[in-house]
Amino acid sequence: MSTPLIELTSVRLQYANGTVALESTDLSIAQGDFVALVGPSGCGKSTILKLVAGLLRPSAGAVVVGGREVGAAGQRDAFASGIRLGLAFQNPTMLPWLSIRENVMIPLKIVEPFRKDYARKKKGEFADRADALLAQVGLKGFADKRPWQLSGGMLQRASLCRALIHEPQLLLLDEPFGALDQFTREELWDIMQDLWIKTRPTVLLVTHDLRESAYLATRICVMSSRPGRIIEDCPVPFERPRNVAMSYASEFSELVQQLRMRIAHARSEGVTA
Amino acid sequence: MNKLSPAAQQNLLSLMTLLGFFALWELACVAFSISSLILPKPSQIATVLITKMPLLWPHTAQTLYTTLVGFGCGVTVGIVLGMLIGSSKLAYNVAYPLLVGFSSIPKVAVVPIFVVWFGAGTVPAILTSAVISIFPVVVNVATGLASTEPELEDVLKVLGASKRDVLWNVGLPRAMPYLFASLKIAITLAFVGTVLSETVAANRGIGNVMMIASGNFDVPLVFAGLFILAGLGISLYAVSSLVERRMTGWSQRKTEMAMV
Repeated sequence: MSTPLIELTSVRLQYANGTVALESTDLSIAQGDFVALVGPSGCGKSTILKLVAGLLRPSAGAVVVGGREVGAAGQRDAFASGIRLGLAFQNPTMLPWLSIRENVMIPLKIVEPFRKDYARKKKGEFADRADALLAQVGLKGFADKRPWQLSGGMLQRASLCRALIHEPQLLLLDEPFGALDQFTREELWDIMQDLWIKTRPTVLLVTHDLRESAYLATRICVMSSRPGRIIEDCPVPFERPRNVAMSYASEFSELVQQLRMRIAHARSEGVTA
Repeated sequence: MNKLSPAAQQNLLSLMTLLGFFALWELACVAFSISSLILPKPSQIATVLITKMPLLWPHTAQTLYTTLVGFGCGVTVGIVLGMLIGSSKLAYNVAYPLLVGFSSIPKVAVVPIFVVWFGAGTVPAILTSAVISIFPVVVNVATGLASTEPELEDVLKVLGASKRDVLWNVGLPRAMPYLFASLKIAITLAFVGTVLSETVAANRGIGNVMMIASGNFDVPLVFAGLFILAGLGISLYAVSSLVERRMTGWSQRKTEMAMV
């Protein structure tokens, strides 16, 4: 691979309250890669995501996305790397005054090249596109509802649609399947995988679910307890498309078990330290 | 009777309370034989309202016009100022004390100044009602913007949205319920401003009519003016709550909206 799409070099992040979330963290992600970040809770996984998204600035070190330094000094706009970015947070953060369809269409309203056509296409092509995506995640017929009329899991699925609608080149997912039941979650894994195989965006997925990381990712990065560093970088060799049956095969379970041990170890280190 | 819906029962009850209030008033006037110079009977006031309507009407229109223009100016300026102050933390903290200081000035005290600047008449009345209705709007819009959840803004920021995009798509809609809550306060205050100025320095308007009537000891006419003002105030308040419900139903979820 040529130059990586995302490159974190000895990044340190200290929050205003003094907490050091990240310490000399290095991470490099190639274009088209699907990387999962796992680790004990509070280890700074979401912080890495926010750094890449440009919502936070590193206290030291550099975060480079698409060849541009994100959140560099003097750069007022948080995200100016010119890469189309899709992001789904842990909580769905739907705008309560918009319908679900309008919420899903937000990126089309903001991001070029869709923005210039928004006024013309919002009732036609763009709305159809939002409806198609919503149908794909099982929210057919809910497009005109308001966010408070949907359950938490439904909102999370809608927020995934919002992350995908503008065909982002880089997808940042922060436990997007967290509040879902097992079956819906596995269904969405498959949707996610199909999409990745088809359009090959670069994906950075933060998750607590080790099976999920092994199912979806091509690479799993294990983080230490706070302050977080990446302590293990393990490739996931399974063939694609993966399916649920495969996720119960012995080598799959072995990998998950191995990850589990690694994180348990990192946790105990964090506790004694 | 039992078959009425709870809402209808409530309406009936408030109507009965209203009628009961006037009945009690009428009875008290008769029972204690209160002079109409002190407290006229509601029936007497109603008669004055009907017989003197041709005379009162132009003044009513004048007061309504002044109030609406003043309210419009006040709200426009209020929204702009509120946006300026609310869109930056610094501006919010710096301007807030000044705002509180201004808003705590009794507005009666400003009328003479406006009269000096613009002479007696419509202009000081419009200005007074504008000035009086600016503050609740500024404070509410600024608070609404300043209290926008950062998570909602992040949704747009990661897409590379400009500050203006964020303000337009998140900040302003988020501040809408605050704005409308303040409009209801502002419209009633605008009336206070208009009437205040009309009683001090004007030759038209309900406030002026009431001043002259009280000078002539025509107390029923004074009360008729009061009733007109109350009627106008109630109608404008009702209009603004209706608009509020239409525009910001999302913030009052539950109830009927959830059923749609």
